[in-house]
Amino acid sequence: MTPPASRPPAPGSLKRHQTRTAYLFLALPLVFFLIVRFLPTFLALRMSLFDWNILKEQQPFVGLENYRELLQDAKFGQALRNTALYTVIGVPIQIALGLGIALLLSRITALRGLFRAIYFAPYVTPIVAAAWVWQWLFSPQFGPINTILDAVGLPPQEFLTSTRQALPTTTALVVWQNLGFQVVLFLAGLAAIPRTYYEAAEIDGASGWQAFRGITWPLLNPTIVFSVVTGTIAYLQLFTQVVNLNFTDQGGPLGSTLTVALYIYQMAFGRFSMGYASAITVVLFGIILLITVIQLKFLTRRYDA
Amino acid sequence: MTDFSPDSLQPVQTMPETPRRKLDVKTLLAYLVLTLGVVVTMFPFAWMILTSLKGVQEIFQLNFIPQEPTLGNYSEVLTKTKFLVWFGNSLLVAGITTVSVLFFDSLVGYTLAKFDFPGKNLIFLLILSTLMIPTEMLIIPWFVGITDLKLTATTPGAYFAIMFPGLISAFGVFLMRQFFESLPTDLLEAARIDGMGEFGIFTKIALPLVQPALASLAIFTFLGNWNAFLWPLIAIQKPELRTLPVGIALFNGEAGTNWGLIMAASSLAVIPVLIVFAIFQKQIIDGIVLTGMKG
Repeated sequence: MTPPASRPPAPGSLKRHQTRTAYLFLALPLVFFLIVRFLPTFLALRMSLFDWNILKEQQPFVGLENYRELLQDAKFGQALRNTALYTVIGVPIQIALGLGIALLLSRITALRGLFRAIYFAPYVTPIVAAAWVWQWLFSPQFGPINTILDAVGLPPQEFLTSTRQALPTTTALVVWQNLGFQVVLFLAGLAAIPRTYYEAAEIDGASGWQAFRGITWPLLNPTIVFSVVTGTIAYLQLFTQVVNLNFTDQGGPLGSTLTVALYIYQMAFGRFSMGYASAITVVLFGIILLITVIQLKFLTRRYDA
Repeated sequence: MTDFSPDSLQPVQTMPETPRRKLDVKTLLAYLVLTLGVVVTMFPFAWMILTSLKGVQEIFQLNFIPQEPTLGNYSEVLTKTKFLVWFGNSLLVAGITTVSVLFFDSLVGYTLAKFDFPGKNLIFLLILSTLMIPTEMLIIPWFVGITDLKLTATTPGAYFAIMFPGLISAFGVFLMRQFFESLPTDLLEAARIDGMGEFGIFTKIALPLVQPALASLAIFTFLGNWNAFLWPLIAIQKPELRTLPVGIALFNGEAGTNWGLIMAASSLAVIPVLIVFAIFQKQIIDGIVLTGMKG
């Protein structure tokens, strides 16, 4: 193909033209990211250094006072412990169940699409609606779960009204919601593993378990890393499920389901202590950043050798 | 929990070239476990819908199937609450957000994939890095901002306040960039030589070629905004501006824990989403596959 003689694009001018067009196309979105994402991040950092209460006239500068107060805040400690607990229970369970179901699904042919769709349904369901149903299902007085337990001869449980069971029950709702996403992700990961690897393993007389350890698990590593990292970030910000599983926004009986995100909400929009709440968001940001970096370093290196 | 044992060899054998598959015990067991999982997954949906069909006198009897099914709860939700208004608000907010995301995310993704200019990688990294910022951190300054600007004083301002954080998404930029990278540059060059403007090349040549990606992004964005809770809860002050999740969450006070009503409202909120999902299942799944594989 020969370019028309009338428009000889000089290499330099083409590059300049491209640059100009690119910046023109990016201008508005970049302004958006600066104003709606970056600026608020810095504002939150700044607000955390002030006694910023939206109901008060003055917002005096207090330096690190908010952070010092956080260190002594037992409620924050509880929120932090709970959030860690949610993450440590929820992420491994949803990955194990997701991988298990994906492995089972990949060995059947009939009804596979239907099964997959059904497992996925909770993921697209509005959490608020799901939470109402779960409240009913797990109600100690009139919930069907206790009826079922009774029918098989097990004692009734308190579930969401017990300080010990409320957190695991809430985690169950989150896992129920996320499972379909995990399944689809792992199905895709499994489908991408070349068949020939398994054939070679079979010829070498490897057992199924050996093939799983030697082929499936390492080759699925990028998918698992993706799941662990995104799952952890999501669990660290758990909010909607926790709020909606309780009639009050206090975080379960005696704060037993309280998360960091809910505590931020309580401080910022219940007490309007925006400065204190901002300090918590900065801590949360720090934790997310740290954990993500550690996970990416540790998990991705593991099978490189 | 499930068997990773002898038969994790099987996944690959489900490829099309598998000659025939006999129904062995292991496969039957797989079906059994999967069916059990399906029952557990579906139980809340079944309970919700069946309960929503029960009358007042039947609702606390723990029979699963309603003896005298009634649509009374539904008619009450639709006539005595602002359900339809909330539904409309969600439709409006999610609809506008989706259109905006589709346009801007594909434009940015295209530019980052197909143009050569200084600062390109830095800009991409900056956009991607915003995914790490917890929403909670942004929400406080956003709230102070909309309060200072008195955005919620007028109805259009309030709608804008609910929508603005989602108008462009970093995740979508990432997704669209992946798709545009695989687009042959020759095609765009040819259009350029024919004298087509850059924006025309983007809308008339590039966009139609990434339609599957656009469909995935559209559905994800729509569902995400339809189900959004935290920011709308904070940003909305007037009851008539509530989106569906916020309306349902605050139902308790207004309906006085009328479980029949709550279950009917929940069903009405869930069923449209499930229908959308059923229709666009393929695009949704393709979208996840793409993010997970290349993520």
